Amino acid sequence: MNDQIVLHYEIPSDDFTRAGEASSNVKKKLKKMGFDPEIVRRVAITMYEGEINMIIHANGGYIDVIITLDKIEIIFNDSGPGIENIELAMSAGFSTAPDNIRSLGFGAGMGLPNMKNYSDEINVESKIGKGTKVYAKILVTKRID
Amino acid sequence: MTVEELIESKKFSVINKASNTNKEISKPYTCDLLSIAMGKMPERAAWVTVMGNINTLAVSALADASCIILAEGCALDEVAKMKAKEQDITVLSYDGPIFEGALIIYNMLVANE
Repeated sequence: MNDQIVLHYEIPSDDFTRAGEASSNVKKKLKKMGFDPEIVRRVAITMYEGEINMIIHANGGYIDVIITLDKIEIIFNDSGPGIENIELAMSAGFSTAPDNIRSLGFGAGMGLPNMKNYSDEINVESKIGKGTKVYAKILVTKRID
Repeated sequence: MTVEELIESKKFSVINKASNTNKEISKPYTCDLLSIAMGKMPERAAWVTVMGNINTLAVSALADASCIILAEGCALDEVAKMKAKEQDITVLSYDGPIFEGALIIYNMLVANE
């Protein structure tokens, strides 16, 4: 494997039929590269939650995934409405998802908390009316070759 | 117990059968809220839910469930059915409640121990 692999994904707005495609793609690639299944699962969960958040709240956006031998970094960028209270948004059970989204099974208020639980480091920057940037890092502790 | 053995028990109807049904089932898991399922579902779970949409399939694939069982006779919508084929996910259906569906799987796992 080269020193670093960078993947870029455009996430469409409001398209639930394609939700999870980017995350599935990364999952497949990491599996093929021989990363430990538990690491792959953590990346997939973290990325899916971010992807879904973008679709629900932010009219889409883009995700960059940087893969190296010792860590996987996921950077989520959107130009959505921004998060008013990041601390509150990070707490389990808090959700601003509308009813139509809840009827799809989302809106449990576990998106950002799941991202936090499954990554080793997370940083959320948000400006009201400008958008949100989330950085998540998953350390690669084990590798299967 | 494998997904194939679960299918062979004929306790559940088959909506979509994946090409690989040799996947082991670790335990039954029940939840209808996708983000909770995503965060808490154990690997290789048999996921019993009433939520039969396209996002259920995505969560199942990303969280490494072995199969999905739609309880209360819930069905996959057409888009989701196509997606299940495409993504090669086994989806079964059960006419009874979620708890009973999960209990059947639990009892089969215990009997197999």
